[in-house]
Amino acid sequence: MERHILVVLPHPDDEAFGLAGTLAKHIEQGSQVTYACLTLGEMGRNMGYPPFASRVTLPGIRRAELEASCKAIGIQDLRMFGLHDKTVEFEDQDALDSRIDALIKEINPSLVVTFYPGYAVHPDHDATGAAVIRTIGRLPKDQRPTVHCIAFSNGHEEKIGKPDIVNDINKYMPQKLASLRAHKSQFQGMESGEGMPEQQILDRLATERFWTYRFEA
Amino acid sequence: MKPIDKADIQQRIDRLGGRDLYIHLEMTTGAYAAHWDSSKHPAATFINNAIVRYAHGSISGEGPYRVGLKLPHGWVYSEGLTHYEETESERLILAGHDSQGKLVVALQLSPEPF
Repeated sequence: MERHILVVLPHPDDEAFGLAGTLAKHIEQGSQVTYACLTLGEMGRNMGYPPFASRVTLPGIRRAELEASCKAIGIQDLRMFGLHDKTVEFEDQDALDSRIDALIKEINPSLVVTFYPGYAVHPDHDATGAAVIRTIGRLPKDQRPTVHCIAFSNGHEEKIGKPDIVNDINKYMPQKLASLRAHKSQFQGMESGEGMPEQQILDRLATERFWTYRFEA
Repeated sequence: MKPIDKADIQQRIDRLGGRDLYIHLEMTTGAYAAHWDSSKHPAATFINNAIVRYAHGSISGEGPYRVGLKLPHGWVYSEGLTHYEETESERLILAGHDSQGKLVVALQLSPEPF
């Protein structure tokens, strides 16, 4: 069992797609989860359909959606870092790294989950993963928590191989769907007439994949 | 957000003229454009809380709409606007949404920073 899991992702809803089921499973088994969400996703393009959010109201709406999603998954500890969407790669790296380092020292996680830098499509995803890897890479080898990375860029398996952790999370689909539905501004229209996502989407959602990061030295 | 009422927007533009305003101006294809379709060129740009002042401005077109604001030394121009926040009294909040409701363009003006 993982004692304490630290999740570091940049956008509200990153947790929903990538690892909601895996987190729900760990939480059921007794794990503590701290989720550091770096931005409020305030530059997102989805505004609901028909649009009910604006650039002005979106940050507040997404903050509430993030809190509801965490509740649906069972995440006990949510930390919002207050960075601005799309700007993670432009932040002062040392300042960001030291905030992540302080959080790691505070909660002493047994597992950290983030995006695989270079293979996570969105610049914020790559920059978040890179900050986590840099920070943990600076810790003495015997003090590093295990790091699981999420990758989904086109052709990523040709570069980093198959994921070494593949979780079938069908049993935790209710929590995962509740997490996705909590992000109402982002996922309206995902569901078919019966109030469920299409079977093809459900199949894709049922598998969560992670690569254990191998530090060079 | 409501579909743009052209006359209402013109009144709001007129009310905000002749003083320093904070502007948010943005256009985006979305960060995933090339991920879903490699023929797409992902582009996004925004400027947030720069200060502008216009002597006159207007809304044009039959929808989606265009807005032009004449500055002392230049212009603010935005095309593709479809919606506005009707409940705002002091600020002008305009956005352009595509057929799926996704934001493509935004133009916002406010006497206070966003």
